[in-house]
Amino acid sequence: MGKLGEAGLAATAGPARTLGMEGECRASQARSWGLPAGGAGGESPGGDAPLPGSISSSALLQAEVLDLDEDEDDLEVFCKDASLMDMNSFSPLMPTSPLSMINQVKFEDEPDLKDLFITVDEPESHVTTIETFITYRIITKTSRGEFDSSEFEVRRRYQDFLWLKEKLEEAHPTLVIPPLPEKFIVKGMVERFNDDFIETRRKALHRFLNRVADHPTLTFNEDFKIFLTAQAWEFSSHKKQGPGLLSRMGQSVRAVALSMRGVKSRPKEFMEMNNFIEIFSQKINLIDKISQRIYKEEREYLDEMKEYGPIHILWSASEDDLADTLKSVASCIDKCCKASEKRMSGFSEALLPVVHEYVLYSEMLMAVMKRRDQIQAELDSKVEALTSKKADTDLLTEEIGKLEDKVECANNALKADWERWKQNMQNDIKSAFTNMAEENILYYEQCLATWESFLTSQTDLRLEEASEDKL
Amino acid sequence: MNFLHMTENNFSLKKIEISVSEAEKRTGRNAMNMQETYTAYLIETRSVEHSDGQSVLTDSLWRRYSEFELLRNYLLVYYPHIVVPPLPEKRAEFVWHKLSADNMDPDFVERRRIGLENFLLRVASHPILCRDKIFYLFLTQEGNWKETVNETGFQLKADSRLKALNATFRVKNPDKRFIELKHYSDELQSVISHLLRVRARVADRLYGVYKVHGNYGRVFSEWSAIEKEMGDGLQSAGHHMDVYASSIDDILEDEEHYADQLKEYLFYAEALRAVCRKHELTQYDLETAAQDLAAKKQQCEELATGTVRTFSLKGMTTKLFGQETPEQREARIKMLEEQIKEGEQQLKSKNLEGREFVKNAWADIERFKEQKNHDLKEALISYAVMQISMCKKGIQVWTNAKECFSKM
Repeated sequence: MGKLGEAGLAATAGPARTLGMEGECRASQARSWGLPAGGAGGESPGGDAPLPGSISSSALLQAEVLDLDEDEDDLEVFCKDASLMDMNSFSPLMPTSPLSMINQVKFEDEPDLKDLFITVDEPESHVTTIETFITYRIITKTSRGEFDSSEFEVRRRYQDFLWLKEKLEEAHPTLVIPPLPEKFIVKGMVERFNDDFIETRRKALHRFLNRVADHPTLTFNEDFKIFLTAQAWEFSSHKKQGPGLLSRMGQSVRAVALSMRGVKSRPKEFMEMNNFIEIFSQKINLIDKISQRIYKEEREYLDEMKEYGPIHILWSASEDDLADTLKSVASCIDKCCKASEKRMSGFSEALLPVVHEYVLYSEMLMAVMKRRDQIQAELDSKVEALTSKKADTDLLTEEIGKLEDKVECANNALKADWERWKQNMQNDIKSAFTNMAEENILYYEQCLATWESFLTSQTDLRLEEASEDKL
Repeated sequence: MNFLHMTENNFSLKKIEISVSEAEKRTGRNAMNMQETYTAYLIETRSVEHSDGQSVLTDSLWRRYSEFELLRNYLLVYYPHIVVPPLPEKRAEFVWHKLSADNMDPDFVERRRIGLENFLLRVASHPILCRDKIFYLFLTQEGNWKETVNETGFQLKADSRLKALNATFRVKNPDKRFIELKHYSDELQSVISHLLRVRARVADRLYGVYKVHGNYGRVFSEWSAIEKEMGDGLQSAGHHMDVYASSIDDILEDEEHYADQLKEYLFYAEALRAVCRKHELTQYDLETAAQDLAAKKQQCEELATGTVRTFSLKGMTTKLFGQETPEQREARIKMLEEQIKEGEQQLKSKNLEGREFVKNAWADIERFKEQKNHDLKEALISYAVMQISMCKKGIQVWTNAKECFSKM
């Protein structure tokens, strides 16, 4: 698709608001899921400070615009926008920090402008002669103009999600695309489609789509829209478009070759970023393992406690004086078990999925770094070719020019999205662990209350007995 | 610490305190002249002066576990109607993985020291057992005590296991209360064993939960190195995770004491059964004596009247070889009459014995029941207190951690 190289940009020529500048402004708002996408209201892109992310997207689109039919109304409006003209210069604009964006836009005063609501539910099994698979129902509610209707319901399977993710990666190679749940889970999987697995996957898919919807750039991606809205036949025919298998194969061979080079000439900030990603990935993986282990130990503790309580009841059957005390103890243990179950379900709802998602994110980040390196490597190889005068100088210079733009856009896109991602990560981790602490506090408080009331009842009994004895 | 009144040679009454204050590893030679390592325990006895309540150390000696066993075996033989307090376990049982099952392990030795002290206090506070001379000597006479005990010949007096088993199967009319008591002691033993087993597993799991959290501490700390804003929060939260992880050690140590309290009553069940067995033996003895007497009386009657209703060898030989002379018969009748007289005396005394046994045993059993109900209730309450303490610690740690997380 065009001269922007083998990165294979899909047709993301969308509506004028693809920039999602308002969305970009909100990138740093401290909320985990609820980042509003760009408003569908009458906010013009103009008047806002140009943002790094949007610069790259617009720059890319700008280049694409040259190839597309200039009759497109949306694009004309887009081109005429005065503020965007600045971006045509391709001069590297200082990436504005998220904080300064906050100050400029003051979105904290504005109400939540999320205009795209997605839910993933109702997993259903489908059996054909060749295979069995699960589809998930996706309901989309939106007030955006570019959507034909305000409500959509479609069914998609995991493969479709994979397709979407690949499309997003193609379109935005250096943006941090939200991760998908794994294809298979090797450990301890007996049946491919057991209920826990499906439920965990459903939740992760729900999270995935919402993350995309909240992303200031990705939310306007055309493939995303089609994914959410197209009916079965329309969707499958759309999927078949795009770069064929062979070109994609060729693409990946080049990619591997190029990625070798990219690492050497990485700019300092990306070296730091890479360093962070490596260590973060290590640590989050460990935390994932630790958290899973804690869950397992708590489960086994609960199982033993469930056996522990009833023994006291059994004992009470042989006793007379002690019977009541024993039964009380059994009931306390039972209540503590219930509190523990609650704690565990909180743990598996809040902490475990978040930590695991960030494990997948860390893999995603490494892929993003690689892609960025690849893009840079392309440029470097062409520059090398030029200096060694191995090919046609004029053509090379033109190519180099384009590649330099590409590298700059890629880098800026990554930098901006990186900041956004880091902020999100911080919020998500913070809230996940705070939640875990709260669950534990609640658990211990409940157990404390149970045992304290037991103690009081026993002390009261003793006082009663003592006064009886005196009579 | 316990106060008891002891009579020594019926001359003086003293109030004394007993404690097992130390344990020491020793090596020596055993009966087969082989080197062995064992633990010796220091028993200190203090007498308390009425006037000022001050205690003066009167006796202090070292005893090893086997000597405690000897004392107890002696008491079992000489006081069969008493529920004799049990000794702490010989080998560590119901252990969960962190605890060692090694008898020389310092924690085990410490818990055994407490258990031995408890045993002595139980004996000393028993209205009957505290007056025993051998017990007194155990506390006061270090050398030669073993010989003194053995000289009593108690081992010979002990009922053989086989005899007891035989009685259990054949006794016809044991006191119903003892049958019930036997059932109760079986149930008690079974349920407490089960409880202790599961408790050990629970302890194991709880240990795991707490300790894994310690890993968070390490990883948070490493992670904080690359974070600017989150770093401090992560680091301090990690510290609280470490505190949480290490808090389980004390918690479970306390719980071991609770387990030991239950174990004592687990072993008491066996003491109850011993009393029941003695009753069955006594009763069986009585029944056998009565049976023998009845048989002799019948024999006598038959001889006197000349009717042979029961089979006897004498009868058969008489038939085969001819009747005996009237003089012979007279002699036999006379012998039998004497035996019957003797038998009746014996039966009378055995009857009395049996009734005395039941009365005394039942009195001690009632005393035991009250003690058991009181002690076990206290133990269950102490369990609740431990849980409360554990919960409070948990709330503390997680509240601190939450604060750190919220500052990230």
